Amino acid sequence: MKYRTPLSIARGLGSSKDGLGHWWMQRLTSIALVPLVLWFVVSIIALAGQDRGHVLTWLHSPFHGVVLSIFLITSLYHANLGLQAIFEDYIQARWLQLSSRIAAGFAAVFLGFAGVFALLRLAFGG
Amino acid sequence: MPMNERPLSPHLQIYKLELPMVLSGLHRITGIALSVGSILLVAWISSAVHSADAFASMNGFLGGFIGQFVLFGWTFSLIYHSVSGVRHLIWDTGRLLEVEQIYSSSKIVLAIAIVLTLLAWILGGGYPGGGA
Repeated sequence: MKYRTPLSIARGLGSSKDGLGHWWMQRLTSIALVPLVLWFVVSIIALAGQDRGHVLTWLHSPFHGVVLSIFLITSLYHANLGLQAIFEDYIQARWLQLSSRIAAGFAAVFLGFAGVFALLRLAFGG
Repeated sequence: MPMNERPLSPHLQIYKLELPMVLSGLHRITGIALSVGSILLVAWISSAVHSADAFASMNGFLGGFIGQFVLFGWTFSLIYHSVSGVRHLIWDTGRLLEVEQIYSSSKIVLAIAIVLTLLAWILGGGYPGGGA
């Protein structure tokens, strides 16, 4: 049985804005990035010094293509959250803080689509 | 006092520089470097897919003095930020939060990051030139 009012439950739980979502997604992407970065570093070491043919074969492989797409999207999402925190901490002028956040967000979306587009173009032979 | 004259944290002018504090700053700086570096990764993928010429000029840049410098910084940033990030995840579980543990784990994080960066660079032979 619940005797507490909704207000008393909510009291003291913070600003009720989107801070928890930001915190949680930063952790979630961090956890995902641990194995992804390991895979990425090992792959890049193996690709170092190889010619374009080898690189294309690697990019063309369904497994590496998919994992690289996930790595790109996850790291760009994570980067965007991190940059947002940095802008909020160090840029006091509200207009500049907001424009920086918007610009970083647009850049992340562009890079994500550009990277995945290149991989799809290779996969489907454009 | 107007808003823009308020002191910004961290108060670098007041506190003596300590390793955990420097590493905290380094975590953010490497994070920014990696954000900018993602442009390089997407450019590398796109150039490989686009044409042999584009890929060759990309590798020409990466193989040059500036390219190698950027790539080494990028390698260290990726590895340091990841190792340091794992320590952050451990902290989130409430562990290693005693002051002496923060100092000792700082040394461990830095040592692992430096060793792994050098190892990656030796094994990779400095992309794109030669090596393993």
